[in-house]
Amino acid sequence: MTNEHPGARGPDADRRDGDHLIAVLAGNASAHGEAVAMRERDRGIWQEYRWGEYLDQVLGAAAGLEALGVAPGDNVLVVGDNRPALYFGMLGAIALRAVPSPAYPDTTPDEIFGQLDREGVRCAIAEDQEQVDKLLDLRERHPALEWIIYDDPRGLTGSVPEGVIAFTEVVRRGRERLRENPGLRDELLQRPRADDVAVLLHSSGTTGAPKAIPLKHRHVLFAVRNAAAAGYFRPGETHMAYMPIAWVGDFIFSIGAALVLRFSVNIPENQETVQHDLREIAPTVYFTSPRAWSAMLTRVQVGIEESSPFKRRLFQHFMPFAIRLERRRLQGVQPGLASRLWRGLGEILIYGPIKDQLGLARARRSYTAGEAIGEEVFLFFRALGLDLRQFYGQTENCALCAAQEPGTVKLHTVGVPFPGVEVRVSDSGEILVRGGNVFDGYYRNPKATAEVLQDGWLHTGDAGHLEDDGQLVVLGRVSEVVHTRGGQRFIPTYIENHLKFSQYVKDVCVIGAGREHLSALVAIDWDAVGHWAQEHGVAYTSFADLSQKSEVYSLIGEVIGHVNTLLPEAVRIRRYVNLHKEFDPDDGEVTRTRKLRRGVIEEHYRDIIDAVYAGLDAVESEAQITYETGASGVLKRHLAIRDVPSAAGREVAA
Amino acid sequence: MSGAAGSNEGVLSLKHVSRWFGGVQALADVSMDVRKGEIYGLIGPNGAGKTTLINAITGFYPPQEGTISFEGRSLNKVHPHRVARGGIARTFQNVALFKGMSVLDNILLGRHIFMRPSALASLFYWWWAQKEEITHRYKAEEIIDLLQLESVRDEPVEVIPLGLQKRVELARALAAEPRMLILDEPMAGMNQEEKEYIVRFILDAQEALDLTILLIEHHMDVVTAICSRALVLNNGRVVTEGPVDEAVNHPDVVSAYIGGVSNDE
Repeated sequence: MTNEHPGARGPDADRRDGDHLIAVLAGNASAHGEAVAMRERDRGIWQEYRWGEYLDQVLGAAAGLEALGVAPGDNVLVVGDNRPALYFGMLGAIALRAVPSPAYPDTTPDEIFGQLDREGVRCAIAEDQEQVDKLLDLRERHPALEWIIYDDPRGLTGSVPEGVIAFTEVVRRGRERLRENPGLRDELLQRPRADDVAVLLHSSGTTGAPKAIPLKHRHVLFAVRNAAAAGYFRPGETHMAYMPIAWVGDFIFSIGAALVLRFSVNIPENQETVQHDLREIAPTVYFTSPRAWSAMLTRVQVGIEESSPFKRRLFQHFMPFAIRLERRRLQGVQPGLASRLWRGLGEILIYGPIKDQLGLARARRSYTAGEAIGEEVFLFFRALGLDLRQFYGQTENCALCAAQEPGTVKLHTVGVPFPGVEVRVSDSGEILVRGGNVFDGYYRNPKATAEVLQDGWLHTGDAGHLEDDGQLVVLGRVSEVVHTRGGQRFIPTYIENHLKFSQYVKDVCVIGAGREHLSALVAIDWDAVGHWAQEHGVAYTSFADLSQKSEVYSLIGEVIGHVNTLLPEAVRIRRYVNLHKEFDPDDGEVTRTRKLRRGVIEEHYRDIIDAVYAGLDAVESEAQITYETGASGVLKRHLAIRDVPSAAGREVAA
Repeated sequence: MSGAAGSNEGVLSLKHVSRWFGGVQALADVSMDVRKGEIYGLIGPNGAGKTTLINAITGFYPPQEGTISFEGRSLNKVHPHRVARGGIARTFQNVALFKGMSVLDNILLGRHIFMRPSALASLFYWWWAQKEEITHRYKAEEIIDLLQLESVRDEPVEVIPLGLQKRVELARALAAEPRMLILDEPMAGMNQEEKEYIVRFILDAQEALDLTILLIEHHMDVVTAICSRALVLNNGRVVTEGPVDEAVNHPDVVSAYIGGVSNDE
């Protein structure tokens, strides 16, 4: 699957041929062998791997995988949470010129089967017994799966089925081979080529089956080096690897940038201890989704409400003060001496302690991407003194296209393109990207490739425009631009994002394409609304019960009313329903990365939507739900439908 | 199930054990034999004498008649702390943890029988004191890993749910590295999900640490699912003893639990 045409090279022609991830790793091991490369919390204690050991593990894994029959071009499924063994295994496969193909740990068996089948997987690396069991079931349908390698031996110690082997055993066999064959080590280091595929990632698949996206060594290295040149991250950062390994950002941060810039990659004990471990690690670079930033803000607000009156008063004084300051700073007004001194006091009393609580005391560079971030959330964290910035990219371009620069952060833009990356906007308003970080095409899908890659330009599918100063504005998906029956243009996601900026709204789906007016299906935020209900003496039993409380309806109505003031008259939301459940990836209503699947939602909630547009005040709904066991059932609910209160009173300022 | 793996070798053996409190006979002529590696059920209605029997084994209420032996050695006149050192650990019916202390500290307490306290070493924290502390911490962390308590490791016990508190109690008992574990109603007050969890952990621990388990439990579904044999007590007397399915379906057992005409009449 590698083509070594000397002429078929990208624009980064000055690339050295030995320039690949394994060569970078070997360079780190020889120049900085004793520096800490990875930390893992095991048995409550941070265990360290140095660059020397890191390389040994990777080469051991490579030689061991080769002994199991992994050959160049093979796709190796990797499934589980972040674990050193999975990273070593991925790089081990890469050293063999095989391709790691990671999957999300909560992927359903059917989705994994699709991946195994399409990619002809013969060898899989799984985190624990749960994943091994899933793969053993799938082996019945996909007998080509010869080897299942596991990391965590818990529950797998006794007699294990044939073809199931511990990662430690693979490495042990590999080391034996390396000892017997002294030339093998150097030979393995020389094997990969910059034009080899380094990883096979998958699009989240908002529409149809996921597409596999091969990223080559040169794409990853190009992207990371350009981002580093723009000061996006620096050598020697402390990084926490907690995002799913199947997501492009984790490969770029925890492997790509970590190797090139010698990060220390810190791995939390498990998903439940992430918050706790984050505090102990105190990373210097921190990335998370807008959703997670907003959850963090909710946590701070809830925490403050439950703290002592004194702390509450401090917070209520200093936070709005810092937010005002930050808002003016973004408008280009530098604060005066008195304001700076007062902010300094706030840093000691409030901002510093909050950052410390969140584990962000040392975070010099914090980022968000993936979707638009709420102004309230963005300003809050910037006001705390975190240099929170947005960046922009897709899996197809290693997720590194553009980022806000420290001095010129604007609320509504995602910043300027990285050096070496060209961005322009087509006549139809679509954002196009070209550069060494842009992939060469989808895995075995020339049709899809031809659609998105034209003359080297990647068609991102995002609608946006470039401002005069070169800053890129992203509005939403081109495909998402829809029209009401009256012909009014709008992007549902754009409105939904603004609604979700409220802490009370967890998810929302705006309906209105081809209809007379817009309406919203709202999934309330269980924590925030539950807390609000407690504070206001509203008794409730379950999520469904809480969502249907009249007081909660009024609360959500206010939220929608406020967002309506930001929208043109014709595309304001007229009616809304509080759903009795959250959108659930198991029901197919959202993707694993929590993007809405509108088709599925309109199908699932058709009776509700019909009732909304029929002008009814309530609807008896039957919802299809899927239990964790995979069985499905039907849930009957009585749901109220309300009109959004007129925002006339609030419009005075507009 | 896994309990059936027990060998025929008797580990804990009681012969004709009786115990009075004043004029009340709490245990009357109880004999039982727990085999190595099995999960042995001890069932009976409230006030049947189950907890008294356990207190007799662990030395709190030594029996006035009869003999108790563990791995061939008599436990009759042995003090509770020596029983604990001898390889028997127990949990209590009501959660008996130190509420204000963290989960980790509570588990470390289970290791007190291995600690060699010395005022000097503690005061100056010399290398052997450090080394000892690290060893104990490592053992405690192994148990935390086994019972998946990582996320609450540093939480005070009083803020975690009851189901987790019961798991912490199990962890503390396991920290004493017992060969025999006595569980006094580990599932009392739990919902179905928590019950399933604790059963899973009991089986995991039994497998990983090679334990013999004596289990007091009212949930018959649990007893029949994981015990190989069972002893049924009522009013301090043995109603029946034998393979678990036969024991729980014995007519006297059914009448003792549900009521009805006793065969004795």
